Amino acid sequence: MGTELARAVINGVLGGGIYALMAVGLTLIFGVLDIINIAQGVMVILGAYLSYVLSVHLHLDLFLGLLITVPAMFVIGVIIQVAFIRPLHGSERTSMSLLASYAVAIIIEGVLYLVFGPNYVTLNASYVTKSVALLGFHLPYIDLYGFGLAVVLVAALYLLLYRTRFGRSVRATMQDRTAAMLVGVDVNRVAALTYGIGVAVTAAGGMIFGASGGGFNPNSGYDLISRLLALIILAGLGSIGGALVASVFMLTVESIVDIWQPSWSIVVFYAALVIVLLVRPAGIFGRQAARAQ
Amino acid sequence: MSSHRARFLTIGISAAVLSAMLAACSSGGSGGSNSPPATKPILIGASLSLTGDFSADGQAFLRGYKLWVQDVNASGGLLGRQVKLIYLNDRSDPGQVVTNYTTLISTKHVDLTFGPFSSLLTTPASGVAARNGYAFIEGAGGAPSVFTAPPNEQAHNVFDVSLPIADELVPFANWLSSLPASQRPKTAAYPMADDPFADPPVQLTQSMLQKAGVKTVYSKIFPAEVPDYAPAATNVAAKNPDVVVLGSTDVPTVGAFIKAFQQQHYTPRIFIAAAGPDQGTAFTSAVGVGNASGIMVPNAWYGGSPNPESQKMVAEYIKIYHGTPSGINADVAEAYSVGQVAQQAVTATNGLVNSKIIQFLHSGVTLHSVQGPVKFDSLGRNGAATTFIFQWQNGKFVQVLPAGAAGSVKILNPKPAWK
Repeated sequence: MGTELARAVINGVLGGGIYALMAVGLTLIFGVLDIINIAQGVMVILGAYLSYVLSVHLHLDLFLGLLITVPAMFVIGVIIQVAFIRPLHGSERTSMSLLASYAVAIIIEGVLYLVFGPNYVTLNASYVTKSVALLGFHLPYIDLYGFGLAVVLVAALYLLLYRTRFGRSVRATMQDRTAAMLVGVDVNRVAALTYGIGVAVTAAGGMIFGASGGGFNPNSGYDLISRLLALIILAGLGSIGGALVASVFMLTVESIVDIWQPSWSIVVFYAALVIVLLVRPAGIFGRQAARAQ
Repeated sequence: MSSHRARFLTIGISAAVLSAMLAACSSGGSGGSNSPPATKPILIGASLSLTGDFSADGQAFLRGYKLWVQDVNASGGLLGRQVKLIYLNDRSDPGQVVTNYTTLISTKHVDLTFGPFSSLLTTPASGVAARNGYAFIEGAGGAPSVFTAPPNEQAHNVFDVSLPIADELVPFANWLSSLPASQRPKTAAYPMADDPFADPPVQLTQSMLQKAGVKTVYSKIFPAEVPDYAPAATNVAAKNPDVVVLGSTDVPTVGAFIKAFQQQHYTPRIFIAAAGPDQGTAFTSAVGVGNASGIMVPNAWYGGSPNPESQKMVAEYIKIYHGTPSGINADVAEAYSVGQVAQQAVTATNGLVNSKIIQFLHSGVTLHSVQGPVKFDSLGRNGAATTFIFQWQNGKFVQVLPAGAAGSVKILNPKPAWK
């Protein structure tokens, strides 16, 4: 039993890293723009397909390919923000953004179906199916790399937000959009760049998701979005570091439940969310706390 | 708080309406009339999963239906009239499939209804057909729950032209049980997706193998909708069973298990999956041709079938879509068979009266299809279907069980190591 439990914790921690990569962009976008980006799941899949194209057609290593897919997704994110999100005004802005991002998801999904069709594909590289033996456990390289990438990206985002002039503008916009405008922050520019960064980070999540799973097609993002939303709510909407902590926590809980009864893992996943929110309604790193970091 | 709730409710309703409209907009044809004159085409309605979890299967089903429509029209149509397929996208959603068949029957006024993909969607869809007096001929709703659903027990309107899935792994279990004790596997694992299609055959296999002395080391049901199957697969690998009988519903489930097994340095001696490996190139392109080798799957049809009707269909398919016989998704044949059975029923009854078609299909008559003979029992199961076990061998999809049956080749045992 001890071995099984240790294996479950390892699976949960490594899997949590992958989910953090997919969730961190979602929470960043919400933190700055007060927008629930329903398209995040499809963005993950878009990132996976971009990696797929570079890998299959240009034979680029998956991680090397991120040097292209991350900037490409940044540009896509900025375009989406300017075209679909920025025009939304008024008190219904946040709720209308749900519909706008849903429309974005449908458009991207439709384009992916047209280009790639419905059949499942997967990302391949020599390290995707290999693992390293440690204390009697086989740790998949792709999961280890994914976890490392998650830590690095979360740290980079933290530095960007808390150690740069741009980060100060972002945090000012998070705290009070109107006040930020009054002190000279170009909030439209901040919003577009932040949306772009949120989507760009998702490119890395998409690549790791595509490489670690059994296959993906244009529809695969819809199974992700509810879990990603649960993770960022648990973390505290807008909390970057919280997304990593919450992902690791939830995936570990789920993985431990898998030992006894896998069919209960989803129930426990959302039950854990409810229990944590009953104790801390604003999430582990609640919104106010997150914004005051 | 209440205004927030109202706002969310408004958004939710708007999103639902929008998605319903988008689904309806993906219609593949125009509407029909209630009593079309003889020159108008016969309208056939189907709801297909063109997007969503079953989209790969749904698209393959569409190809099968279209291929049959093309063939029947090329040979003069049905009752001298051309056939037109009207299809709506159900997004793999059991709620949307009900809306779609209601639309097809009440608004589009189709003459006949053909089934969707999966038992999960067939059950609610067939209820709509039953309430409207339609025969529901389908090719991918073989789970026991489809036939025992109350609407079918009353109306007896479901007709599954394919293999009833409950017994589909019996040849596999019989083969393992028949091996000499020294060659028979000692342990087996039974991971199952929570799906009415996936579980019954695997559970039956488990019971048969236990009786044959094969010890169960893992038997658990995991949620079908999770994006990550690695924890379940890792737990199976840790048990190191000789046999893995995977209750899968699609390619990514099998792919995830294969990947996790590779990462855990575990190769089962025998690996069979309820679904996924039967999807031709959709399977091999996702898992790799090398990794597919040795993996088995039950079905009633394969691209290399000696059935002349099947060979004709395969040739036509390759002419249009290219590829090889092994690369053709079995869904294509299932859908094509639906059309063939409907064609024979319409011809025999010399009309489009659904009550007569239902009566005819329950008459005990044996029909033919690319999948082989079709004969329905009182609940619409195809009692004439023959179960085969197929295996990927060096990039080819071949029939291996029952051993000695026409077309069966030697089984690859043990399964080769992962590539």
